[in-house]
Amino acid sequence: MSGNYAWLMVILYIILAPFIGGLITGVDRRISARMQSRYGPPILQPFYDIFKLMNKSSIAVNPQQRLYIICFIVFVIISGAIFFGGGDLLLAIFALTLASIFLIIAAYSTFSPYAYIGAEREMLQIMAYEPMVILTTVGMYMVTKSFNVWDIAMYDQPLLYSLPGIFLGFLFILTIKFRKSPFDISMSHHAHQEIVRGIITEFSGTDLALIEIAHWYENVFLLGIVCLFFASSPVIALILAIVVYFLEIWIDNNYSRLKWQSVLGSAWIVALVLGVGNIAYLALR
Amino acid sequence: MNTVLFLILFPIVVALLLLILPQPAVRKVIVVLSTIILTVASVYLVVQYFNTGTVFFNLDNQYIDLGIFAIEIILAVIVIGISLKYKQYLAGLLMLTSAAIMIWFEGSYGEEIQTSYNLFVDNLSLIMTLIIGIISSLIAVFAIGYMKEYHHHKEVKDRTPFFFFVVFVFLGAMYGVVFANNLMWLYFFWEITTFSSFFLIGYSREEIAVKNAFRALNMNLLGGLGFSIAIVYLFINAHTIELNMLPELASTVVLLPTALLAFAGMTKSAQMPFSSWLLGAMVAPTPVSALLHSSTMIKAGVYLIIRLSPVFAFVDGGSMVGLFVAMVGAVTFVLTAFMAISQSDAKRVLAYSTISNLGLIIVCAGIGTYQLMWAAIMLMIFHAIAKSLLFLSVGTVEHNIGDRIIESMDGLITKMPKIAIGMVIGIAGMFLAPFGMLISKWAALEGLVTANPVLTVFVAFGSAATLFFWTKWLGKLLMVKERPLEFQSKVPRTERFTLTTLAVLTVGVCLLFPLISKYSLEPFIASIYNQTYLLDQGNVIILLIMVGLMVVLPVGLSLTHKNVQYKPQYLAGLNTPEKEKFYGSLGLTREITMRSFYLENIFGESKLFKLGVVISIVLIIIMFGVGII
Repeated sequence: MSGNYAWLMVILYIILAPFIGGLITGVDRRISARMQSRYGPPILQPFYDIFKLMNKSSIAVNPQQRLYIICFIVFVIISGAIFFGGGDLLLAIFALTLASIFLIIAAYSTFSPYAYIGAEREMLQIMAYEPMVILTTVGMYMVTKSFNVWDIAMYDQPLLYSLPGIFLGFLFILTIKFRKSPFDISMSHHAHQEIVRGIITEFSGTDLALIEIAHWYENVFLLGIVCLFFASSPVIALILAIVVYFLEIWIDNNYSRLKWQSVLGSAWIVALVLGVGNIAYLALR
Repeated sequence: MNTVLFLILFPIVVALLLLILPQPAVRKVIVVLSTIILTVASVYLVVQYFNTGTVFFNLDNQYIDLGIFAIEIILAVIVIGISLKYKQYLAGLLMLTSAAIMIWFEGSYGEEIQTSYNLFVDNLSLIMTLIIGIISSLIAVFAIGYMKEYHHHKEVKDRTPFFFFVVFVFLGAMYGVVFANNLMWLYFFWEITTFSSFFLIGYSREEIAVKNAFRALNMNLLGGLGFSIAIVYLFINAHTIELNMLPELASTVVLLPTALLAFAGMTKSAQMPFSSWLLGAMVAPTPVSALLHSSTMIKAGVYLIIRLSPVFAFVDGGSMVGLFVAMVGAVTFVLTAFMAISQSDAKRVLAYSTISNLGLIIVCAGIGTYQLMWAAIMLMIFHAIAKSLLFLSVGTVEHNIGDRIIESMDGLITKMPKIAIGMVIGIAGMFLAPFGMLISKWAALEGLVTANPVLTVFVAFGSAATLFFWTKWLGKLLMVKERPLEFQSKVPRTERFTLTTLAVLTVGVCLLFPLISKYSLEPFIASIYNQTYLLDQGNVIILLIMVGLMVVLPVGLSLTHKNVQYKPQYLAGLNTPEKEKFYGSLGLTREITMRSFYLENIFGESKLFKLGVVISIVLIIIMFGVGII
């Protein structure tokens, strides 16, 4: 893959990802509404929200918090750029972790009890999903002998056939990463909790808009990883991503929130059984 | 060769000088001057042997051997005497057994023992030289101010001259460990590090200090016993006592000695089931902890195991022994990372993270492919710098805020901004992209996937836990709180100098690691394996961009704060006019306090420690079993 093509992908990602991510959120809200027998907002509502937030006056608890938020979104974008530029998958994931840590630090810096609880729970969530994320890259390496995203994408067979356990495990932790119920313990996105939203309690206006946009970037990146499981035929990969996202919406609307103990426990058990099982199978094969 | 001898002997001379010149002013001058000389000499050695590959020195002289033997006997008598005095008979017994073995060995085979090379220098020992020379020197300088404060705070008999004496003997012995090729010599220096740490841990002579010093002594003497048996077995069966011959012999006869040496390395680097000695060692003054954790003692353990890597890689059956060495490391890595979550004492968190990181190094060294050896050495470098920075910062903070509980470090960034930034750099260096430890962890993961995918599972879970306990601490430090009016921080100049230098070194090594890899590690690894691990250029560039951003972003953004209104936090009620307080029920004014998750029920020491002890003992027994077969 030539370098120019990689740069084109990176630029396309940086420009298009927020639009795609925003549209996905819009559709998400509409489908969720239908599942709850409501009509739901217009598809473009997330964008209206963002513009409105951008025009609000800036209120903050301290001067540092915006710095951390900007670092958060910058590193989310970098991790996606590494991924879509065909870089090292492990590196992309480490960069994403770094980004999440900036969000946590931002919440900590405010010295606010609600943000603090949210931040602690966010850390628990990271600890819950991180093993499975690493095992996913390990599994992909074992099949394709490369951590390079292009090499993985160009592998001639769908990875799903050799990595079914890893795929299911990754789906499981996606619920946490997409911040969907039952695993949205650090920042739930339901109406009745919109005022005090855990980790983001102390952010408003532009800062909040940036967090939302970062989340859109992140979602596109995550769906990109889902596509890798069937990258040999792009159309099916896209359908797979859509099905996966629909499944997540369905789960979101059908389960109530769990305690953190269940989040950590279930995510690790899934990683141990499905992830490690799949890796052991590949190693012994 | 002269520089090598100088590095071993000079600290000993300084140590004696410090003992006979106890005046504080004189001591300060001697310590500062001699650390400068040590640093310069270490760097000079690197310049001298930078491009030469491995160089062996003969230095065959029966008087040296005789002298070493005599000192060994004297030290054994002293240690046995002390253990009798404190009624710690196990230590005495272990010492006696080792001494008896060595005396018998010298008596029956002394005439036959021929060595062609007693000392050597290669790139790994050069890297160790820099770690010992630079970091220990900085710690010694730090200790000047710290020990004054320490005796100011604690009602302990002032034996500072003895303290510095032991520290410098320790350094000389460490140089000996990394340059020795003759295993008898290596064993001699190895035991001296054991005794040095024993005296330093027990420095205060309080009951707990004595108890923990003996625990460390017992465990390390057990390792030393293994070491001496390895020497005897190796000589009787293979007629050599030279380190470089272990992989070269390439026969199964070296497997048991290798397993025994790895065992000695595990005790010294506090792997499970021996982890408790390093935690106990925290009763010592902070510079001692920093020394033990970063540049001496435990690094000697992993150094030896890294030296054994080629045996695991090239000798028939070695990979099985290596696998069990790696398994002990893997179990230690995961379980101690878990246990670190449940700790609120900053020093204990640091101690567990040290043990955990060394576990990862041993995983790499045990599997011993060229890529994992690269990762192991890199992990060692980054750990040495960042960990010394963290330990010394915690010591400084403890003197200023009165304790070292992480909960008390809320808002340190507003109380002691410079120290807090240093700690943030240290913590980021320990686990965050794009800093060093993460680069090495990444290489370790890549190496393990090809060598033994199942071991990556340990890395996956261990890293997740690592993330949790570091982020928790990082967040506490970076809380922005009101600065208490009455708070006054006091940091002596020597301490400030050391902390600043270490912080700069941490960032510097992160920026320069591609050069370290290219000019030092890659040639070294290529000379052993005929192939080497090359960093992917694209990834290096991305990493450097990330480091750059981390530096530039705060500067750029500090200029853009305009039109922001600052309001107090949301407290689900009425905030008082005073910040960080609110009206609680019944109209009482309450202060905001927040406590972290420690998840005792899941990651508590009591459960996991026992589990780890059982698993690691079983693994070590199997390791010996595999070595015998």
